[in-house]
Amino acid sequence: MKAEKEADKRLDVKPVITGAEALMRSLVAEGVETIFGYPGGAIMPIYDALYDFQDQVHHILVRHEQGATHAAQGYARSSGKVGVAFATSGPGATNLVTGLADAYMDSTPMVCITGQVAASLLGTDAFQETDVIGITMPITKWNIQVTKQEDIPAAIAKAFYIARSGRPGPVLVDITKNAQVGKCEFEYKKCEFIRSYQPIPELDNEAVTAAAALINSAKKPYIFCGHGVLIAGAENQLLELAEKAQIPVASTLLGLSAVPVDHPLYGGLLGMHGNYAPNMLTCECDLVIAVGMRFDDRVTGDVNTFVKQAKVIHIEIDAAEINKIIRADVAIHADAKTALEALNKLIMPARHDEWLKEFEVGHKKEYDKVQHRELYPETGEIKMAEAVRLISEKTKGEAILVTDVGQHQMIASRYYRFKNPNTNITSGGMGTMGFSVPAAMGAKMGAPEKEVVAVIGDGCFQMTLQELGTIYQSQIGVKMVILNNNFLGMVRQWQQLFFDKRYSSTEMTNPDFVQIAKGFFIPGKKVSAREDLSSAIDEMLATPGAYLLEIVVEKEDNVFPMVPAGAPVSSIRLE
Amino acid sequence: MQKEYTVTVYTEDRIGITNRITIIFTRRGINITSLTTAETEIPGVYKFVITVMSTRELLDKVVGQIERLIEIHRAFVHEEDEVVYQELALYKISTKALHTAGDVEKLIRENNARILTITGDYFVIEKTGHQQELVDFIKKLEPYGLIEYTKSGRVAIVKWSRRFHEHLKELDKSVASY
Repeated sequence: MKAEKEADKRLDVKPVITGAEALMRSLVAEGVETIFGYPGGAIMPIYDALYDFQDQVHHILVRHEQGATHAAQGYARSSGKVGVAFATSGPGATNLVTGLADAYMDSTPMVCITGQVAASLLGTDAFQETDVIGITMPITKWNIQVTKQEDIPAAIAKAFYIARSGRPGPVLVDITKNAQVGKCEFEYKKCEFIRSYQPIPELDNEAVTAAAALINSAKKPYIFCGHGVLIAGAENQLLELAEKAQIPVASTLLGLSAVPVDHPLYGGLLGMHGNYAPNMLTCECDLVIAVGMRFDDRVTGDVNTFVKQAKVIHIEIDAAEINKIIRADVAIHADAKTALEALNKLIMPARHDEWLKEFEVGHKKEYDKVQHRELYPETGEIKMAEAVRLISEKTKGEAILVTDVGQHQMIASRYYRFKNPNTNITSGGMGTMGFSVPAAMGAKMGAPEKEVVAVIGDGCFQMTLQELGTIYQSQIGVKMVILNNNFLGMVRQWQQLFFDKRYSSTEMTNPDFVQIAKGFFIPGKKVSAREDLSSAIDEMLATPGAYLLEIVVEKEDNVFPMVPAGAPVSSIRLE
Repeated sequence: MQKEYTVTVYTEDRIGITNRITIIFTRRGINITSLTTAETEIPGVYKFVITVMSTRELLDKVVGQIERLIEIHRAFVHEEDEVVYQELALYKISTKALHTAGDVEKLIRENNARILTITGDYFVIEKTGHQQELVDFIKKLEPYGLIEYTKSGRVAIVKWSRRFHEHLKELDKSVASY
């Protein structure tokens, strides 16, 4: 095998190899080092080729294809590389749907390879045949079915180019079995241009000038920091703008960790369960500088009343997001880093002391009414917030926090004190329960030197707990914390506030989570008393390898502040 | 207020593009009243002409989402007066109508229609024009025994499109990737 490869290089001859091997060589050429996947009939030739690449590519066998997609997402978010997942045809492919939809909403670069029945069987309802291209069209940035082996390298090159460029997103490549086994001459060329796709817009200098003028004359400017800032790697440029003109910065859920939580200009989290001051003050500002965010309804509440009194500058790489929800007075269609670098050259130093003080007033109000009793309760059951506070303190705000979906997600997002960029991994746009265990797995593979802590709800954990098998088999050292209130907490909260406490199907009769972990040979502990909490977290962090800590928390704890769905953000409730 | 708009989309030549475009309308509950597609004067570049019932505000956003697709070059929304367009209809009439009073031939001549084909049982008339004229013609033909009526989608040329067509010619020179 190796001798043949050496011979090829010497003679400058294009090797003749199977489509499956061509796929592997193409993936290696794209810098792929880790793949999360699950084999099956229609993808067997690819797995056979993979067998010869074990020294170059690490394949992690998951326990469900959905786990492969979330792991690929976690990997992509922590490493900045394109996440890769393999699945077979039929049910293997359909199991990817949730993860693809999640990656699509949250702009995660990912390439999924699915096996497919032989080309001659397409459309005949063959064994494990599904129209995966049709099914995934609305939830992928692009997809393609490859029926000839010679088309594989170009398809992979295009897939990676599309996945990682512009606004990143998931791409699916469906390879029929005949193309996997058929032979062809192999040559790999990276994709650098697609004539119908312009991922990097040309910067409009007039727009930048107009934006600078607005910023320089604003009395109460306000920066909304979104996911785009992290994707562009524009954290420093954003801080430069904020510091030069003394502008407060609030973050969307996916923008968290772009600005360190301790930064004096950091105002907090926007949105439905964000902080009080950032939400209230969206009604007081005279200029919004929205960077790399898309005015999601969780952030805007009632669109008809959101920032109506202010001018809006929208810096956004995806043209379809500009003027989609909120009208922009100045739109800068560009990569966040490029736009901010140009803008910063034109910004005059300024001070807005009175305006910044308004944030402090709001923070104090929220601390007194909500945060103090959440973070430092003295009696009663353990509160989710105090557990998160301890985790944050003991990891010094430097761990990668992976959260699932629900009350625990909102609490963890509000109270973890992020220090470094790209340390917040959560399912935002889709809110996929079960995201965190596999995503934490992937995140740890993508950043093995970092501590990865997953904060999970008891409902969420049961959606993807099978991945504990992957964690054990592949020895992935993730720390998993279940905040167990024996309820589907977020739904229960809504039922309490808006449905007269009619707890329709939200109460959970839960299993012994520590016993389950032990069944997967993962150590763990359960705590329910406040005095045991701190030492339990210490033990989790000190134990090498994977660990499951179950913390029993207050059953009917509610997350406040809250903006009721569809209401103006000014109606944010503190209780 | 919903009314009829013409949406034109320039695309690469790939399997599945029609699907990719139409799901963007479907997900917003927009009714597509007709859809035509054909290759433009640039080989490998297709043009879709889609008529829809919707509002301008919504369609401006839809067009942005269509353009975001990888294999789409550009997409536009047009008001009625921004395009020069034609639609074509075929009418199948019983041949008995030809044997009765010569009225039907006069009707055809006066309405700028023409006879495409005649068989023993039926003949087929073709007429080009705008939707309303074509539908009105049905009523005029009914007394003669209209068997079947079918209409095409819209073929449209935008009145102001010179700059984009120069861009299209540039595309002709660049390689159509995989």
